[in-house]
Amino acid sequence: MVLVLALGDLHIPHRAADLPAKFKSMLVPGKIQHIICTGNLCIKEVYDYLKSLCPDMHVTRGEFDEDTRYPETKTLTIGQFKLGLCHGHQVIPWGDLDSLAMLQRQLDVDILVTGHTHQFKAYKHEGGVVINPGSATGAYSSITYDVNPSFVLMDIDGLRVVVYVYELIDGEVKVDKIDFKKTATTHATH
Amino acid sequence: MISSDGIEDEEKWLAEGIAGLQQNAFHMHRSLVPIPKPNPNFVRLNFNSRFLDFKFVVVLLKDSNNLRDALKYSAQMLSELRTSRLSPHKYYDLYMRAFDELRKLEMFFKEETKRGCSIIDLYELVQHAGNILPRLYLLCTVGSVYIKSKEAPAKDVLKDLVEMCRGVQHPVRGLFLRSYLSQVSRDKLPDIGSEYEGCYSACEFILFGDPELRPAIGLSGLQGPAREKEKREKERSELRDLVGKNLHVLSQIEGIDLDMYKDTVLPRILEQVVNCKDELAQYYLMDCIIQVFPDEYHLQTLETLLGACPQLQPTVDIKTVLSQLMERLSNYAASSAEVLPEFLQVEAFAKLSNAIGKVIEAQVDMPVVGSISLYVSLLTFTLRVHPDRLDYVDQVLGACVKKLSGKAKIEDSKATKQIVALLSAPLEKYNDIGIALKLSNYPRVMDHLDNGTNKVMAVVIIQSIMKNNSCISTAEKVEALFELIKGLIKDLDGTPVDELDEEDFKEEQNSVGRLIYMFYNDDPEEMLKIISVVRKHILTGGPTRLAFTVPPLIFSALKLVRRLQGQDGDVIGEDMPATPKKIFQLLHQTIEALLSVPAPELALKLYLQCAEAANDCDLELVAYEFFTQAFILYEEEVADSKAQVTAIHLIIGTLQRMNIFGVENRDTLTHKATGYSAKLLKKPDQCRAVYACSHLFWVDDQDGVKDGERVLLCLKRALRIANAAQQMANVTRGSSGSVALFVEILNKYLYFFEKGNPQITSSVIQGLIELITTEMQSENSTPDPSADAFFSSTLRYIQFQKQKGGVMGEKYEAIKA
Repeated sequence: MVLVLALGDLHIPHRAADLPAKFKSMLVPGKIQHIICTGNLCIKEVYDYLKSLCPDMHVTRGEFDEDTRYPETKTLTIGQFKLGLCHGHQVIPWGDLDSLAMLQRQLDVDILVTGHTHQFKAYKHEGGVVINPGSATGAYSSITYDVNPSFVLMDIDGLRVVVYVYELIDGEVKVDKIDFKKTATTHATH
Repeated sequence: MISSDGIEDEEKWLAEGIAGLQQNAFHMHRSLVPIPKPNPNFVRLNFNSRFLDFKFVVVLLKDSNNLRDALKYSAQMLSELRTSRLSPHKYYDLYMRAFDELRKLEMFFKEETKRGCSIIDLYELVQHAGNILPRLYLLCTVGSVYIKSKEAPAKDVLKDLVEMCRGVQHPVRGLFLRSYLSQVSRDKLPDIGSEYEGCYSACEFILFGDPELRPAIGLSGLQGPAREKEKREKERSELRDLVGKNLHVLSQIEGIDLDMYKDTVLPRILEQVVNCKDELAQYYLMDCIIQVFPDEYHLQTLETLLGACPQLQPTVDIKTVLSQLMERLSNYAASSAEVLPEFLQVEAFAKLSNAIGKVIEAQVDMPVVGSISLYVSLLTFTLRVHPDRLDYVDQVLGACVKKLSGKAKIEDSKATKQIVALLSAPLEKYNDIGIALKLSNYPRVMDHLDNGTNKVMAVVIIQSIMKNNSCISTAEKVEALFELIKGLIKDLDGTPVDELDEEDFKEEQNSVGRLIYMFYNDDPEEMLKIISVVRKHILTGGPTRLAFTVPPLIFSALKLVRRLQGQDGDVIGEDMPATPKKIFQLLHQTIEALLSVPAPELALKLYLQCAEAANDCDLELVAYEFFTQAFILYEEEVADSKAQVTAIHLIIGTLQRMNIFGVENRDTLTHKATGYSAKLLKKPDQCRAVYACSHLFWVDDQDGVKDGERVLLCLKRALRIANAAQQMANVTRGSSGSVALFVEILNKYLYFFEKGNPQITSSVIQGLIELITTEMQSENSTPDPSADAFFSSTLRYIQFQKQKGGVMGEKYEAIKA
């Protein structure tokens, strides 16, 4: 069992002061094995904070990131799953599922994690999953109205991944869960 | 070297003293075996035999070898204490050993009296010891047994002993002797119900038994060369410890209740303290009084205690004394809510505040740090005891400002630290910046900090706000807060920023950015006022700060715009209605300021954000203007090719979402965007931007934007660029480049094919698939596993769609993969 924290679009300090205190108290060091961050952190302090939760951290570049060295896309393999990471402002139309599916084919991944729209989304799609963890700070977005802070925790276990989404709604953390099983014959093994 | 020799000598002397002491103690122990039976032949001694020789007298006691030996050896043992070669510290070592032995002797005396030996006789007997010091130690030992026996009034015995102890003139020996007396008689000093005179004399004796003592504590350090002086200082401090112990003993006497303390003990002690006229002694004694007596006594005698302060020598370190007093009282107040009424009842704040004012006024030479630390103590006290009295808090700060007035910035680092402590205390206490903002003297105190510390303090204030998640809800408060943190907002007195560490500077400015999100009011009017205040201040920050502070301001304003969206028509008042239009004007001017940084890429992104917000407010012209600004920046200022790629994606992405533009405006903008895309430096970037532009002509939820032909034109153009990229790779590397771009374009074809664009037919797609297959199989091609995987997954997708059946399946049927 491997826990992967997926989050992004924190936009600190441009659009939010900090992560919600309730999230901070949930995110403790030592519990998470990998962090994948879609980008727009935007500053080093935030990067350092996330790194303190888990040293194995993967970040792609959001358009407001201070650090321009983050890659545009990134792929990594965790257990039986191949994961792809991209901020998403490069995928036009923004947040469009069909266009994201194309990116998923391009990166040849089982799970594609993107951000930019600040809206939590998880689709099963043609044998794969496309996830948008939303904005961890509930940052303002020109695309999405009334953004609730959210992040995603993926529990990867063999051929199964359980996606937990944590959303802060009116001061309360709500958790939802999506199950996804991969058929052993899928393509990610080449 | 001399001094180290001196220390070695002292060690030697101490060792010798201990050896002598132990040897005699050994003999003494042997004689401490109880006498088997009462002695019938005991001869009563004459009371006037004090000057008879010891040996001679004990001869008179038949069969009392034990007692005689005990006295002889104990007197010899105690002779070791006659040394004047040891420093008080070493002397103390020797003394403690003798002390332990004397406890055994005391037990022996007690046993003796039980066996019928008269205590009065013993008392007389020990007075025949040859030397005064051993004699007095023995006397005190017997004396303690005597008091306990109640054969004579404790008072008389004590008085007798005190009188005799005065006979020892040497300060160290005398002090230790008195210390011994106070220790052995501690449990016998007046207890509850006894006459207070007993106590009175007892405390007088303990503290000041010897007029010689005072110069010993106080003045001995004032002459002699430096090293000598140092040594004396040390001795003096060791002696003071001993006096402190005596005071401590006094405080533990149970007989002293509050009334007695108030009426007799404290006035007597203070009288002695004032009269001793030695600065160090006075300081030390005041400190002792504060430390050893209970808090409630201090509270009830505040006036008396504080009244003594101005009477002390002008050089006494009275601020430390007062600080300690206030600290004790603060802790006392914090210990239980039940004691708080006592503080109110005695008007503790007024008394302390008054006393501090007087001390500061009287001691003109007191360094600034001294007076500020007094205010820190008073503030701590106030916050603990009167947390509800903000006027008191402000009063303390005001007094501090008054003290500092006329002085420029404080340079002394210790004083600076105290000011920081003074300013931090209310923040820590209330955890609410709103309170600090109400204190009119708060910013005035801050003004006295040097620029560096001023900034540190500003950061502390911001951190306090963040930690407590305090919302600042009015423009007035925001204004006041900016006054406090102005050190972070702009250059003070023209201090150049480049002196600073870049990291630190970034962190500071980011904290200002975060702070902006702590300003909030539900009322849009007030919120707009807040935003205007923030804007006014951050625009004074100069180019180095704007890149950090402008974005938070812009997004905060955009949030307000969203709140007002759709309310435009409902505005009734005409004067200062917060309308999106008005805010957009403000935004426009604010982003413009970034050009001075210069930060064109950031400005461009912000313009696009505003354009989209204007779109949502149905403000076509405003949106168009923002786009125009973004395009101008793109054309004139964004030079870095990587930045151009990001900018183009954002331009296309935003433009794709716009739905208020009329055909003409839309055409102008899409035309421009496509033009920029085709002019990117790298072919792959060009290709991707151009195929992305296809989405500008076909928007799912906009019926007016479904121009299949122009979509196809974009895709064809992208194909041409991909071809060109291939050829370039051929020229430069001798092999054809990756087919990845073609596969990407194929996917775009599939996208529009599925969307029902009539220009994109299955045969066009078929042609593209075949093209890619040929390319991949050509001998000249470079193997690219990721492109291969992409192509296979695309083909798999086509397969998947075919198998899905229905409309989509039918559509795909003609395509062979």
